[in-house]
Amino acid sequence: MVRLYPNRCQLVGSAFISGFLISLVRSFIHFVILISRQGKVRLTKWYSPYQQKERSTVIRELSGLILTRGPKLCNFVEWKGFKVVYASLYFCICIDPDDNELEILEIIHHFVEILDRYFGSVCELDLIFNFHKAYYILDEILIAGELQESSKKTVARLIAAQDSLVETAKEETGSISNMISQAM
Amino acid sequence: MEQLKTIGRELAMGSQGGGWTGQSKEFLDLVKSIGEARSKAEEDRIILREIESLRRRIAEPDVPRRRMKEYIIRLVYAEMLGHDASFGYIHAVKMTHDDSLSLKRTGYLAVTLFLSDDHDLIILIVNTIQKDLRSDNYLIVCAALTAACKLINEETIPAVLPQVVDLLAHPKEAVRKKAVMALHRFYQRSPASVSHLISNFRKRLCDNDPGVMGATLCPLFDLITADVNSYKDLVISFVSILKQVAERRLPKAYDYHQMAAPFIQIKLLKILALLGSGDKQASGHIYNVLGDIFRKCESSSNIGNAVLYECICCVSSIYPNAKLLDAAAESTSKFLKACLLFSESHNLKYLGIDALGRLIKINPDVAEEHQLAVIDCLEDPDDTLKRKTFELLYKMTKSTNVEVIVDRMIDYMISINDNHYKTEIASRCVELAEQFAPSNQWFIQFSVSNNFTFQTMNKVFEHAGDLVNVRVAHNLMRLIAEGFGEDDEGADSQLRSSAVNSYLRILGEPKLPSLFLQVICWVLGEYGTADGKYSASYIIGKLCDVTEAHLCNDTVKAYAISAIMKICAFEIAAGRKVEMLPECQSLIDELSASHSTDLQQRAYELQALLCLHSQAVESVIPLDASCEDIEVDRNLSFLDSFVQQSIEKGARPYIPEIERSGMFSVSNYTSQHQHETSSHTLRFEAYELPKPSPTPAAPQISVSTRTTDLVPVPETTYYTENNQASKLQPVLDASSADHGIKLHLVGVQKKWGRPTYSASSSTTSSSEKKTNGVTHLDGVSLQSQGTLYDSKGQQSEKQKLAASLFGASAGKTEKKPTSTQRAPKANTATAERPGVARAVSPEISKQKAASSPPPDLLDLGEPISTTTPTIDPFEQLEGLIGPTPGPSTLDNSVTTSEQKAPDLMALYTDTPPSSSSSISSGLGDLHSADKNSPMAKNVPSIKKGPNPQDSLQKDATARHVGVTPTGNNPNLFRDLLG
Repeated sequence: MVRLYPNRCQLVGSAFISGFLISLVRSFIHFVILISRQGKVRLTKWYSPYQQKERSTVIRELSGLILTRGPKLCNFVEWKGFKVVYASLYFCICIDPDDNELEILEIIHHFVEILDRYFGSVCELDLIFNFHKAYYILDEILIAGELQESSKKTVARLIAAQDSLVETAKEETGSISNMISQAM
Repeated sequence: MEQLKTIGRELAMGSQGGGWTGQSKEFLDLVKSIGEARSKAEEDRIILREIESLRRRIAEPDVPRRRMKEYIIRLVYAEMLGHDASFGYIHAVKMTHDDSLSLKRTGYLAVTLFLSDDHDLIILIVNTIQKDLRSDNYLIVCAALTAACKLINEETIPAVLPQVVDLLAHPKEAVRKKAVMALHRFYQRSPASVSHLISNFRKRLCDNDPGVMGATLCPLFDLITADVNSYKDLVISFVSILKQVAERRLPKAYDYHQMAAPFIQIKLLKILALLGSGDKQASGHIYNVLGDIFRKCESSSNIGNAVLYECICCVSSIYPNAKLLDAAAESTSKFLKACLLFSESHNLKYLGIDALGRLIKINPDVAEEHQLAVIDCLEDPDDTLKRKTFELLYKMTKSTNVEVIVDRMIDYMISINDNHYKTEIASRCVELAEQFAPSNQWFIQFSVSNNFTFQTMNKVFEHAGDLVNVRVAHNLMRLIAEGFGEDDEGADSQLRSSAVNSYLRILGEPKLPSLFLQVICWVLGEYGTADGKYSASYIIGKLCDVTEAHLCNDTVKAYAISAIMKICAFEIAAGRKVEMLPECQSLIDELSASHSTDLQQRAYELQALLCLHSQAVESVIPLDASCEDIEVDRNLSFLDSFVQQSIEKGARPYIPEIERSGMFSVSNYTSQHQHETSSHTLRFEAYELPKPSPTPAAPQISVSTRTTDLVPVPETTYYTENNQASKLQPVLDASSADHGIKLHLVGVQKKWGRPTYSASSSTTSSSEKKTNGVTHLDGVSLQSQGTLYDSKGQQSEKQKLAASLFGASAGKTEKKPTSTQRAPKANTATAERPGVARAVSPEISKQKAASSPPPDLLDLGEPISTTTPTIDPFEQLEGLIGPTPGPSTLDNSVTTSEQKAPDLMALYTDTPPSSSSSISSGLGDLHSADKNSPMAKNVPSIKKGPNPQDSLQKDATARHVGVTPTGNNPNLFRDLLG
């Protein structure tokens, strides 16, 4: 198998996480997006209402804007009267212009650290194949465009509880014989 | 059988370990091929194929549930990549009904990602959410609450609201937290539906779990934003929470990069900034804890700086305190300086610039020491930083630096492609130019260059710029027409001919916005031939080109034809013969047949004018009379002798309209008007027999047609200044308003006939000198302006720029007298000019500077307020919050609750949850105490003394006068250069 995304990376700091574009609507955060360095979408979460068409436009515009930015510049860009904070392989969060950009930047890092803990030093592959899990985790951190939990431990505990429940459920219904009988 | 095979593969993949268990090879292949796709088109092809196969397979009967789960995830994937998977939505909805948590979660996830809150399918989910909210399994409840946040809309809120409220008391903190967030979301969607539940948020603030408390801050922030005054009683609680958070009383799990619960701190600071804004008493409670945080904050980590930045925002928002402002200024300079040392910390620079923008609102002096840092940011390659710096400059613009700042802004505006930002920066330029324009000529130069940029901004101005810029265009025209002042005709005409020159040059540009074309046409018509440099036919040719070359609208055409008419009129009046250019003739023909009555009328007017005698023409359109007022003689007294004569000759006297009531005369021009005013009821009496119209009316009518033809067009631009759309109106309005349209012209004639005005085209040679006298731009700013663009990056250049930005005190004193000299023309139009206000303002500001104290923030209240001027707010504060009982103004119940509040946080660490109920109920009292609260009693008791609110207001005005950057205070930056 070709290794598309060769390195497992330290997420924080010199990131190898493709872009999460996070921006929130109407509330605090308008939406969150994760785009890769190649402009591929890895995760999108819309907290303000956007039509499918608008979404594509937003992603196109923002990836054009953010991927072309050089290194060592601000992690913030102004975009259509909003501000987009991006970090580490382009987790992008869109906020209103008067919000605290540095806080949002740290929310991204917070998210990344939790992903890191969950996947055990997360790499892009984890997010590509388990994007739904990234969604679950994001749902525990942000809700309706607001930061709902700032304790990594609490988030981790909740996710673990959900996973273990899922596992037991799987064992009950998901035994091989069960599956085969269903398949037949 | 094939399915069996895939299951086998699936199992193999599962055993392969890694994170991605439970997904089929197929799906993994799909993700992989998407990853390998080289282009968007290839990606789209793959996904479309995938969608087709999903569409087929998802509709098959008896799809196994786990398989269905994967299909749903694949649909999510397709949607994420921007494709429509709406055919699968219903399956996702079905999946939420599943008993298994795994499937239910997947269903909820998909549904929240797929559906907007107005989707038809929502109604099918509400029932499931209701059921799940009652589940025994808290994880299911959590999943349902998360979905509710996204999916429940205004209509369906009542269906789940009672359950969500019940969940606020759920034993699991995760559930309580999500219930708070859901309630918050409901509040955002429809404040009315949850308004009776707001007290719940206050209660949750005292939750034992810091997570729930932190989540509660989100709704409280919204509520306080909406209505600050109802929450003033919470200030003390918030302060004590913040204090304890800062003292690390929260569990370690909330630490982030060695900071104690920074996200909660930031939220609290935001809330306190709202509560303390403009409220001296509330701010008094806040000072202490802010000082603590400033001291404790680590500025080595991002998050520490985020908290510091939030502190600065808070300090600049609440009632000013000198010590805190110093601390804030110090942190700001750390932000700005840190960037100088480590080039990569652009983020901090950015925040530093933003913080500076907040602080200069309170004390403009803060900016001084950071001049060079600001200039650095302005020249930084990073656009984000640059824009932020422009925002700062915009905030600190004064009459002394406006030229440099606006020039810079225009340069930047031309260089960028971002239409949104272009619009914004253009309107800012215009605003600044009008507010601070140092001289008229500069304003014109500015406007010309601004209009240059219109070329690249066509689209922007179509959508956004019009409102601002119509006004600008008219101001510009007025400025050119009125010139500098009455005593300086030479300078005026020089200005005009330079305007004509530059506009003729600009006309060569391929695309010009219509607004700008209007200005050009007007100027060319009014002054195109004034200095004799260009022949009439040349200008007319140009104007014809305008209507053809540019795809222009009717308004521009109207301006152009009017301009042609004026030029013809000037020619005829000067006794020269006007030969019609073929293109002009074809233009007239075209416009006479136009659908627009306005254009038609103008074309006919022009044709009529060409047939008139030169004297008549001169009185119809006198030269350079655009500034003259038109006086309408409504009594038509100048016709008296004519009427008298006719009556003597036996004509019938005029019968006033009222006496003729009911008579409609088609030939009467006013019939239209009459028709409007006469009652709309049907008339039953027979029509009168037609009478021969009274003789005096006959000449009147003939005049009237003439008049309407000839109402001079330039004047309409004056009347329609703010209402371009109704360009035609003035003519009709004016005529129908008084029943004597016809006489309009005659009144005009009389006024315009004055010979003095035709002399205005004076020689250019003498004018040049005078202009030099008028363009008094001081050496310093001229020089810096000139050199600004040559060699960027040189330190000395930067210093010069800094000098011109932050305080060109040298030039200031010279400038002031000239600006006052520029006495406005004593005609009504000038009264609106920004220049007038400016001419007066230096004097006022001088007076103010003399009378008001220097902008020392500590002294704010000194001359006016008599209540608490000498007491250090910090001391007061320490008394309030410290361990000793509060000062006597607070009555007992407040102090007890205050003492209790600190315990609240101790619960998180020390007390076992079981014992907490009694204390939190005690706190509940505190928070529900808004109605009969001790604080509420307390406030009026303080108010009984010398009214602090009044003095507060006075303070604010005093501050405003002395300190605000727009106040034109010349002394503020004086010592900057030295």
